[in-house]
Amino acid sequence: MENKSAKGWLYLIPAILFLGAFMVYPLVDVFVYSFEEGYNSASQTFFGTGLYNYSYILHDPYFLQAVKNTFILVIVTVPLSTLIALGISYGLSSIKALRELFQTVYFLPYVTNTLAVGLVFMILFQKTPYTDGLVNLILGFFGVSPIDFIDGPYWAKMFVLCFYTVWVVLPFKILILTSALASVSDDYYNAAKVDGTRPFRIFRKITLPMISPMIFYLVITGFIGAFKAYSDAVALFGVNLNAAEMNTIVGYVYDMLYGDSGGYPSYASAAAIVLFAIVLTITCINLLISKKHVHY
Amino acid sequence: MKVVLQNVTKIFPGRGRGASDTVAASNLDFEIPDGELIALLGPSGCGKSTTLNLISGLQKPTSGRILFGEDDVTDLPPENRGVGLVFQNYALYPHLSVTDNITFPLGNLRGKDRMSKAEMKQKAYEIAKLVQIDGLMDRKPGELSGGQQQRVAIARALVKMPKILLLDEPLSNLDARLRLQTREEIKRIQRETGITTVFVTHDQDEAMSISDRIIVMKEGVVQQIGKPQEVYDSPANLFVANFLGTPPINVFSASVKGEKLYIGEDCVLDVKNVPDGEVWAAVRPEGFVLDENGPMKCALDRVEVMGRDISVVSENENSVNPVVRSIISAENRVDISSKTVRFRLKPFKTLLFDKKTEDRVFFGDDK
Repeated sequence: MENKSAKGWLYLIPAILFLGAFMVYPLVDVFVYSFEEGYNSASQTFFGTGLYNYSYILHDPYFLQAVKNTFILVIVTVPLSTLIALGISYGLSSIKALRELFQTVYFLPYVTNTLAVGLVFMILFQKTPYTDGLVNLILGFFGVSPIDFIDGPYWAKMFVLCFYTVWVVLPFKILILTSALASVSDDYYNAAKVDGTRPFRIFRKITLPMISPMIFYLVITGFIGAFKAYSDAVALFGVNLNAAEMNTIVGYVYDMLYGDSGGYPSYASAAAIVLFAIVLTITCINLLISKKHVHY
Repeated sequence: MKVVLQNVTKIFPGRGRGASDTVAASNLDFEIPDGELIALLGPSGCGKSTTLNLISGLQKPTSGRILFGEDDVTDLPPENRGVGLVFQNYALYPHLSVTDNITFPLGNLRGKDRMSKAEMKQKAYEIAKLVQIDGLMDRKPGELSGGQQQRVAIARALVKMPKILLLDEPLSNLDARLRLQTREEIKRIQRETGITTVFVTHDQDEAMSISDRIIVMKEGVVQQIGKPQEVYDSPANLFVANFLGTPPINVFSASVKGEKLYIGEDCVLDVKNVPDGEVWAAVRPEGFVLDENGPMKCALDRVEVMGRDISVVSENENSVNPVVRSIISAENRVDISSKTVRFRLKPFKTLLFDKKTEDRVFFGDDK
């Protein structure tokens, strides 16, 4: 018995070493940093320990702005993108002709570089002295005066960021949901059809519960992904996100480390720990809710 | 409610270039009497499931009419036909409890038929009692055995009081013991409800044991319709004779000369009113009688004792089957050391078929 468990540990050593060195140790380290006040990365010295770092970031308007932005982004884009993906994949699974073509078309954004897509979005939405941009041109047809989506009011910028995020995450969700829908056996639908079930009831009572594990997976990963958003905002609004009021929590962490006002690993660590706490809480809530509504 | 099929044909168009169409059901023309239990019997791919789907309305016939009683239902969608359908894999909704599965069809009712939750539950309980699963109402399908799932599926199909109950290979997912039990159960439920029931099977044993009538199909064409004993005793052609009965019927290449049947050199039977020529002679295993002076000579291979009966396995060069298998009462003694065994044939267990068309050739007073 003893011999057997020793052998087991032996097999686990590589995994434990790598996970420990590259995941557990940094995590613990960040946690420690977040309590070290006035840490200097050059001299590796600090004045004392305490909660000052947390107090600082929680009073930093840039951080509060980043938290607000992140939450809006999460609350708007996760449900919206999941719903749209569900609609599109349900449509895809209902049609026969050109289905593969549409599947490919919907999947293309997934293999496209985030920054390139961001640039395209910027060009579509941006208002410059020379042109109002394509979106404003279209809005103009409906009598809306041009809006500067990139350098204009907060809500316009937030709209573009959410729009962009939804657009970027859609392909993956459509891919997952289309295959989930395809895995529901035709027999269930035939059985429901013989019983005279209306399409909406079939969708709500059969299709939705059957693919609920996949929807749940998308919601969880969607939440986590949206909380960690950063590159999307950079692609649209450039690197000076604080000035644009479009920073996210991860963006704030980056700025604190390497930005123009950076060089404060303690503040960055505290912000990262706050983000970690938020994501952990939300995921736990998700898991609790899912117990009631997800059928494996 | 009786079911009438009038010249029903179903053709599936071939897919891709040069693919030919598949005729899944060809010119089906028969009537299923009210309140009977009917078996659609045939090998895989014979069109029996297609026939069931045509009756349920899940598939539309290419031509022909389908009538329930006097009503033409050919163009009605399945939900308006009043049929209950049990799928081969049951298709129980895995996320719903037994109660919710059974009440699911009731939830679709609208207008004056609409039921309250309590009424639905009551109804589900009544049906569950009929199929004897009333103790399992709160379980999920995943927590039930195959036989129990089968009953839930039947209960779900019955809860709306369908005019016709359709079962697609209802027993094929069950183990051998459960299969015997469940088929008795299906018979009982059908008797108690009196609902016209059609079930599809490839197992002739199943079809013989519980159905009031068997419809034998091959390659989309109905071969014979009749009571189980009729179809067994008097098959319309060689295919039906071969398909029914275990052990299978023994087929010999034979000839008729002067109203006498010859298997090889042996003159085995008088066959009145049959013209001279080559025929297939088919003998049921129970059609052989051990007789030292019997006309039919076979090389004895082995004797298998099965308790009540013994099975004599022998060889004959004119046999189509690899061995000739006869079943005789265990009271007979067979000398295992002997190299040959001699039989007499029972005339009514011996069937003749045309060598080309394989249709039945009647002889003697049968004609």
